[in-house]
Amino acid sequence: MLTFKGGVHPPQLKEWTKEKPIERMTLPQRVYVFLLNHAGSPSKAVVSPGDEVKTGQIVGEPDGFISAYLHSPVTGKVIEIKKILHPIAGKSVEAVVIERTSDDEWMHLETGDFERMSKEEILDVIKRAGIVGLGGAMFPTHVKLSPPPEKKIDTLIINGAECEPVLTIDHRLMLERAEDILKGILIMMKVLGVQKAVVGVESNKMDAYHNLKKVFKGYPVEAVLLRTKYPQGAEKQLIYAITRRRVPRGGLPMDVGVVVQNVGTCVAVKEAVVDGKPLVERGMTVSGDAVRDPKNLIVRIGTPVKDVLEYCGGIDENTERVILGGPMMGVSITNLNLPVMKGTSGITVFLPRKPQPQKPCIRCSKCVQVCPMNLQPYLLYLLSTKRKYDEAVENGLMDCIECGSCTYTCPSKIEHVRYIKLAKTVYRATRRGRK
Amino acid sequence: MKLTSAYAPHLREEDDVRKIMLDVLIALSPAVIGAAYFFGWYALFLCVSGAVIGELFDVFVMRYLRGVKNFVPDGSGAVTGLLLAMNVSTRLPFWAFLIGLVFALGLGKHAFGGLGQNVFNPALVGRAFLLISFPTYMTTWVVPGAGFWKSPADVMTAATPLALFKEHGVITSYWDLFIGNVGGSLGETSALLLIVGFFYLLLRRRVKIFIPVSYIGTVFLFSSIAYLVNPRFGDPLFHLLSGGLMLGALFMATDMVTSPVTTKGQVIFGVGCGVLTMAIRLFGAYPEGVSFSILFMNALVPLIDRYTRPRIFGEVKE
Repeated sequence: MLTFKGGVHPPQLKEWTKEKPIERMTLPQRVYVFLLNHAGSPSKAVVSPGDEVKTGQIVGEPDGFISAYLHSPVTGKVIEIKKILHPIAGKSVEAVVIERTSDDEWMHLETGDFERMSKEEILDVIKRAGIVGLGGAMFPTHVKLSPPPEKKIDTLIINGAECEPVLTIDHRLMLERAEDILKGILIMMKVLGVQKAVVGVESNKMDAYHNLKKVFKGYPVEAVLLRTKYPQGAEKQLIYAITRRRVPRGGLPMDVGVVVQNVGTCVAVKEAVVDGKPLVERGMTVSGDAVRDPKNLIVRIGTPVKDVLEYCGGIDENTERVILGGPMMGVSITNLNLPVMKGTSGITVFLPRKPQPQKPCIRCSKCVQVCPMNLQPYLLYLLSTKRKYDEAVENGLMDCIECGSCTYTCPSKIEHVRYIKLAKTVYRATRRGRK
Repeated sequence: MKLTSAYAPHLREEDDVRKIMLDVLIALSPAVIGAAYFFGWYALFLCVSGAVIGELFDVFVMRYLRGVKNFVPDGSGAVTGLLLAMNVSTRLPFWAFLIGLVFALGLGKHAFGGLGQNVFNPALVGRAFLLISFPTYMTTWVVPGAGFWKSPADVMTAATPLALFKEHGVITSYWDLFIGNVGGSLGETSALLLIVGFFYLLLRRRVKIFIPVSYIGTVFLFSSIAYLVNPRFGDPLFHLLSGGLMLGALFMATDMVTSPVTTKGQVIFGVGCGVLTMAIRLFGAYPEGVSFSILFMNALVPLIDRYTRPRIFGEVKE
């Protein structure tokens, strides 16, 4: 089975939702659509308070090369545009607040039969649909699909690993929406001009793997099995497992001729190009030991987390942590009014766990053994606490993918990733100052 | 509902430092029982009191000298205390042992900044100190099988197999060496019981396997060559089973804090220990070289770590 070196085996915690078919959540009463619903620069609002908007109507336009369109997720009225603390950016960002006034009145994208459309036309639809990577990084898909001409792309890799514990939405998509995934892949293959696409699926989802194999029969798309291991779905590790190619330090997948997309993104691409539907909703898993009725859901972007949790029967009053995403890389939030974003692959809700006090590092070297990037997390942590940022960078600080394997495995309960992230931020800021 | 804001990952392995230390203590227990059987009650007393006093001393230092009010004992003091006990002769008086223990933890560990900061294995620091300060006590060995209830003063003294061989050319029976029916430090005599304990650590995935393998392998290779050159040097099996090699290779050199973090570094460390041990045994004036080889290699660990940095994923060979 294909895999990479390093990694950990956290408990999967997927049994709460893996048998549950995807449900569509009822429409929210009010949505909060961040103008930063993607990597890059925030988009520009093109509506003002008081405007009536339809579902799928553009409310934000890209501002810069790496940016994306934003659409109204409901039919209603724009109430205000206000700054809200963005859980991922870590600063306040403007959000368009829309009150729903009726059921959906759709505003579709102009599109056609993709087999007859040109690459540029397809890319344009994808761009106008506001599609970003739904795996979590929210990188605008049209940018990823238009690499500079000197980068020859020969393989499209689809990430169906879903190595994060708790999350099962990709698993369900591969079971329930395999045809859509295939169509999305074929569309992206055409755009990239590649002859081959590979979908990597972890071995804990054999049913999904067999289903994909069946659906892909007769198409130049292959499903391959990956070892169940965290972080098997990390881009560089996934590319290595499937192609044995190593993305160079500081490089991108396109440097080794690969583009990676998540299975959810494939569905979004199909819906945009074939059905003319902009990205106004996404699939996600709502699970964890503190949520009463865990589900796989389709949720409108901008829906407050509170509404989603209420739809899932509410949460235990002892709940300690609400996490956007999975438990390994997700961001914990304390304000349940924060909205679902385009990159929110799940909401994980946990009861309190036994506190584990931090001890000094005993150089057990477990972090070194598990690091999928071959770094020495204990050293990066030490250098970061001593503020020796330049030395940390020499030792690969900026290569850290922040997967958290080191922190997960550390017997001294040291939060390596926390210090590494901090050091990266400081280093970036000071480097900018120096120039 | 009190929601906490915390950093990812939100899942942690349940394992912790105390469990590691507990496992080391468990792994050493067969050898402790063996020591009690071969050397009598005083051996057992040294081991148990070493562990208990070592841990108490650690807590005392942390709470009252370094002012960590809510310090939670981690078991590392107990491990050092027990290891030190296993590294001394039953002839060592208790007061001398206590001085050695305080020296081991105080200068070997806390002077460097406490757990994880020390360069040298604290138990070996203690042992080196005792060897220098009380050479007579430390190198007077007793004949094993003296009986559990005999007092230390009643038992007969004897040389260790290595000293017997080095000074008189007498080879001790391999079987006695293997099960531990020979003179020596409390914990170094029985290869069998040490290996049993080591397998426990292996099963629990607590050991840096590359260190013992490369260490013992090097000793085997080195002594084989020496034996072929001149049988007067002793045969490989004898070198593997005698002296503190097993204790050193399986439990002292593998100390996490004072050994390299990368596989390559661990192999270099083990080979270095092996070469030094054999060099001291064959060419030195002193019959046993395990402790000093490990201490010497401990000093090289920062250097080894620096030059064995793993190649970062995607890094191109230069």
